[in-house]
Amino acid sequence: MEQVLWFGWFRVDIITEYGVLFWRGLQMTVLVTLICILQGTTLGLAIGMARLAHSRHAPIKQLCQFALRWPATVYVSFFRGTPLFVQILLIHFAFLPLFINPSDGLLLSGETARNLKQNYGAFLSGVLALTLNAGAYISEIFRAGIQSIDRGQVEASRSLGLSFSRTMFHVVLPQAFRRMLPPLGNNAISLLKDSSLISAIGLAELAYAARTVAGAYSRYWEPYLTISLMYWILTLGLANMVKKLEARYGRGDSR
Amino acid sequence: MEEVIRVKALTKKFGHLSVLRGIDCSIHASEVVCVIGPSGSGKSTFLRCLNGLEDASSGEVLVRGVSVHDSKTNLDTLRADIGMVFQRFNLFPHKTVLENIILAPTKVHGLTLAQARARASELLNKVDLLDKIDAYPNQLSGGQQQRAAISRALAMQPSIMLFDEPTSSLDPEMVGEVLVVMQALAEEGMTMVVVTHEMGFARQVADRVLFIDEGVVVEEGTPSELFDHPKEERTQRFLSKVL
Repeated sequence: MEQVLWFGWFRVDIITEYGVLFWRGLQMTVLVTLICILQGTTLGLAIGMARLAHSRHAPIKQLCQFALRWPATVYVSFFRGTPLFVQILLIHFAFLPLFINPSDGLLLSGETARNLKQNYGAFLSGVLALTLNAGAYISEIFRAGIQSIDRGQVEASRSLGLSFSRTMFHVVLPQAFRRMLPPLGNNAISLLKDSSLISAIGLAELAYAARTVAGAYSRYWEPYLTISLMYWILTLGLANMVKKLEARYGRGDSR
Repeated sequence: MEEVIRVKALTKKFGHLSVLRGIDCSIHASEVVCVIGPSGSGKSTFLRCLNGLEDASSGEVLVRGVSVHDSKTNLDTLRADIGMVFQRFNLFPHKTVLENIILAPTKVHGLTLAQARARASELLNKVDLLDKIDAYPNQLSGGQQQRAAISRALAMQPSIMLFDEPTSSLDPEMVGEVLVVMQALAEEGMTMVVVTHEMGFARQVADRVLFIDEGVVVEEGTPSELFDHPKEERTQRFLSKVL
């Protein structure tokens, strides 16, 4: 293929030749990020609630402590206290094969397991690791957001006869959500960028595409600058979305 | 007259601090009871024990025979019948006045939106706040917020109303408008327990006044008994400071 140079230096033909690879990589990055934001938020809400669980009465009080608060605390501590990269490797090479393995998987074995692992192994591990990691961080955002709401709000709601869950849903969470939006937005941006680490286990996302191209041509500026620009555009878009959400849901929150 | 609330040997400790040291009293239907006492005397804690916002360390609170601190008691059902008004209003800041008022009636009592809205309008009209129905709490003055909060509690059509220093965080010129609403409520025959520093209100509206100090009921009686002829030395000392 003929070399096409921009500014007498940037070989744009490399990028166009591998255009499909970059496009697929971009789609994969967006897909993984979206799935992990959704799952991580759900998980984070559950873990955050578990860390706040308490009761006044005897059997449930202990249950809350030992079955909910402690496990949740250990979980958050582990996933925030170890590198995401190590978590990805641990889940891909050790944890997942325990369950999906051609010879003796606990969940799946045989030919189905082989196919699943070959075609979707990196995707499953990557999404799982990133979700678990994001869940830990997001649970702290939920916890802080919920705890920041004045106790009087809960008391007013409960004194009207509204149950705990209705109080959470109608009174606490809508107010907490407004305060959580900025940190949640930051978290989504981190998630998008961190998804590049999954390339290490062979998921064909943006970083993987760049590495493939770099390997083929032994040129590094072009592929890595290209994906940098793509990540940048994506994070700018996300930041913009969060800003709009904040503007829309920010009313009535100054007291 | 029918006994609505019965408190038996109620104590409450926060850690090592004994806030209530054995309170006994009963409150009857349509009675207005004002609770007075120095700050830190436990009067707010006492009030919060009546609807289970606070646990009892020992003793018992019975509301129409139902034990408030029994773990088998459905507190939500009980609380739906006991309105509470707070010192700091505690309106939901993300909801308009209307939304504040209709939340519990629609969710707890299953009222339709139209029914709840009609009830809200009627109540707001009574407290002269109908023009603020679509305002957010932060657009209202303190007195307006407290009147909205009273309407919110009344929208559940409770048979008992608890007031926890309802005028203490208001600017002086707004105290009157809230007391007027409370007085009207008392005249309609509502059973009310009011923790207050407004001695004028207590004297004028209360059927009975409880003086609480250091976690016990030191003295109780009709306003004229308690304010004009206090028997206990502690009551006399407190009254000489506030009157």
